[in-house]
Order: sequence, then C-alpha cells, then structure tokens
Amino acid sequence: MSAPNSPVSTGADAAGIPHLDIDPFAIDFFDNPYPTHERLRDSAPVVYLDKWNVFGVARYAEVHAVLNDPLTFCSSRGVGLSDFKKEKPWRPPSLILEADPPAHTRTRAVLSKVLSPAAMKRIRDHFAAAAEAKIDELLQRRQIDAIADLAEAYPLSVFPDAMGLRPEGREHLLPYAGVVFNAFGPPNELRQTAIERSAPHQAYVAAQCQRGNLAPGGFGAAVHAFAESGEIAPDEAPLLVRSLLSAGLDTTVNGIGAAVYCLARFPEALVRLRHEPSLARNAFEEAVRFESPVQTFFRTSSREVEISGTRIGEGEKILMFLGAANRDPRRWDDPDRYDITRKTSGHVGFGAGIHMCVGQLVARLEGEVVLAALARKVAGIEITGPVKRRYNNTLRGLESLPVTLMPA
Amino acid sequence: MPSIIYIHPDGRGETVEADSGASAMITALTHGVEGIVGECGGNAMCATCHVYVDEGWFDRLPPRSDDEDALLDGTAAERWPSSRLSCQIKITPELDGLVLRLPDRQT
Repeated sequence: MSAPNSPVSTGADAAGIPHLDIDPFAIDFFDNPYPTHERLRDSAPVVYLDKWNVFGVARYAEVHAVLNDPLTFCSSRGVGLSDFKKEKPWRPPSLILEADPPAHTRTRAVLSKVLSPAAMKRIRDHFAAAAEAKIDELLQRRQIDAIADLAEAYPLSVFPDAMGLRPEGREHLLPYAGVVFNAFGPPNELRQTAIERSAPHQAYVAAQCQRGNLAPGGFGAAVHAFAESGEIAPDEAPLLVRSLLSAGLDTTVNGIGAAVYCLARFPEALVRLRHEPSLARNAFEEAVRFESPVQTFFRTSSREVEISGTRIGEGEKILMFLGAANRDPRRWDDPDRYDITRKTSGHVGFGAGIHMCVGQLVARLEGEVVLAALARKVAGIEITGPVKRRYNNTLRGLESLPVTLMPA
Repeated sequence: MPSIIYIHPDGRGETVEADSGASAMITALTHGVEGIVGECGGNAMCATCHVYVDEGWFDRLPPRSDDEDALLDGTAAERWPSSRLSCQIKITPELDGLVLRLPDRQT
C-alpha cells in the first residue's frame, strides 16, 4: 500500500488523479477525437483511463518527457496495451520498436544508416519523377478518390520497389500494416478481427523479409548487408526488414492522405502553396502535426516514477496521445489551424527521442514530392462526395476522399 | 548568457542570447533565426540544422560523433570541413561569441 505522504499510483488504485471514462479506441472517439483530447489535456497532466486500466498523458510537455526517458518508460514490454511481461505477443517482438537500450542501439543504428539523408539523396530524383507522373495521370481523370488513387497509389508505386520487393503479393502490404497498428490497441473488435485474419499477410511478409526475396540495391538488401558485415546477426536481418514493411507504407499513406485532406478543406493553404511550392515539405510536416497519422503509443514504467507530481508504480502502461500533444495550446499557437508556414520542429507526429520514426526521411521525401507536384500542376481540390473515415486503433486516416482536381 | 552570431548566406549577421545548455539549433528556432529547420526536433536524424562553424571556433567545439559525421554526408548544401549539425552543438559559457554560418538551403 502507499505511504500517506507519497501516494503511489498502482493500477486501478491510482489516487489523486482524475479517472476518466474515456475509450480512446472506440469508433465514436475516432469520428471526432478533438473534444476528448481537450478534456484529457485539461483534466490533469496525468490521467487514468478506467476502461483499459492505463495512465494517459495528452499534454505536449508530458508526452515529450515520456518519449525522452526511454529507460524509465520502456518499449521492450510492448508499445501497445499488451504487456509482453504478462502476455505472449501476437508476433515475435520487433528488434527496434519493442526493444530498449542497449539492444535497441545496435539495430537502430543499422536502420538509421539504411534510411540516412545520404540514402535519400540517391532515391530523390526517382521519387520526385514518380510523383509528377502520378499527378499528371490523375489530372487526366480529374475525378478521383484521393485515398486509393493518390495517398495509397503513390507510396505503392515507389516504396515496395525501393525496398526491393518482388512484384507478386504486394496486395498484402497494406493489410499487414493495418494489423500491426490495430494490434497496438486493446482487445477490442478491431484488434481481434485484424489478428484473426492476419495469417496470410504474416506469411507473405515473413517470406519477403528473407534475403533471397529482396532485390539488390534496395533497402531490404541493405539491411541484410549489415548482417554480412557482422553489425547484426543473420537471424536479425529479416526482422529488421519486417520493421520497414510494418511501418513504411501505411504511415506514409495516412500522411499523404492527411496532407491532401488538409489542402482540400483549407483552399487558402493550397493557394499559398501554389505561390510558393518550396513550402511543400513544411506543408506535409504541418499535416503530420495537424492530423497525427500515428495517434498513440504506449510505454511501460520500468520502475516507480513521478510525472508532473503524479507517482506511477512499476509495470504500469502509459498511453501517450501524440495527436493531442500536437494540438496542445500550451505548446502551439492556434493549434487547430493548418498553417503551412508554421515552425513545426518539435511536433511528436513522428515521436521523439531514441524511438523517433526511423523512416521519417522517407515519409518527408514522399510527402514533399507529392505536394510539390500538386503545387505546380493543380489549381484546386474540391471534395465531391462523402468523406469516409478508416478505423484503426492507432492510425488516423480516411477510407475514401472523393475529389475533383482542377488543372493549373 | 552567451551570444551566438548566425551569419546568413547574404552576409547579414544575427546575434542572439542563448541559454546555456540549449543547442545551437534550438537557440536559432527559439529566436526565429531563419535558415535552420531542425525537422527531427534535435534527435540527430535529419541533417536540416546544418551550419558552417566559423574559422577559429571549429576546434573549440567538442568533436563530432560518428553518427553526426554520417548525417553530414546527406546535407542539402555542400558539406565543408567546417560543417556541423547545430543540434549537436551544446551552448556553454565558453562559446560566448560563437559564429555559425548558415548554408543556402537545408532541404
């Protein structure tokens, strides 16, 4: 039990902090999370969510602090609700996402090198040309679904090739990523259904991670090359390739989808972007802040710890609301405004600290070249049909965004 | 408070007062110095806070890590021997008067 002068919050006994009856993995929450985000932020720096027996942080300062203390708030017990110390993970844990230093340090270094700024220079021209071609093609059609025809079609036209994947079976990639990101959530219907249907997608991905299935020159082969040079063990290479396949596609789909949805809703931003196409990269970054395609991640306390005056016992799950932190008025001026000239540095849409998205440069490259092509070629994006949301426990994005593209 | 002088590609100098312990990247962003982007928020992943350290100051900074060295191979503007990532330069009282030249582009 807790000593009177230092109450230790332990699970459902969490004392002295607001207990909120909020399910951040429910469909009605996904439909409009913003009022609830505000309630989470304004209640207290740390709250307790009785529905899933977890602590929650939704203000920028606390989210940033948790992200930047990876030993106290560990990832090796899973970055979803499931505690790997108590439950068997649904798949073998990731060697990078679900690992702590020092094990994490070595694998992280390998993927950082594979996806380095220098590596981006090598793929940049090709990615840009493919974006130009995609926008030209879509302008011929005028009426498109900006999700299927652009946000999904563009990354699918460049990323699997950049990985070095075989042409066959790529239709498994998005469903597999959908499972991965649903599986971070609680055992709700989204998670259970996704995992039940995951076997064929898992089989495809496991096979694609093997060295023989990855073309020379791609990111996959580059990971395996580090096994040859001894920086990672041979059996670690396929799992690191798996990380790129898990997190490298659906995230950029939702990032590009977010940016196009912003430009369609806020025409003045598109006008500004057309006047100054060099803002394309920041317009994408601001869309990542504004929509936060990755909404949440969990950490687990590895010891008793205090966050902003709230004591948390060892072994507790802490849910970080990245999307709420990215719109925290304590950190951002006019946070609910999509402003393509905003100084976006410091947003947590890609996380922060040692686990910050290792593929962020690929995401930015894809987002920049798509928006730059739009800026040069498209005068207007008009929403012409019902906008449908896609529901996922972690990812925020759309299922369908019917638009008409007006040529410049 | 140590002063840091950022020199823009057009030769214009901007002097700001830095908090000790802050990085030269955060200092620039906090004071609205254009020309430093810092996309990754200071996590040494993006190489968009590239600076050229003015002659006379380079050797007074702690050396680059291997990670920073590798990232500098990917800068948008040309890498020079004096290139550093400003997120990796921690401001201390001894760096009062540090002169950092900004490249013509970061992305």
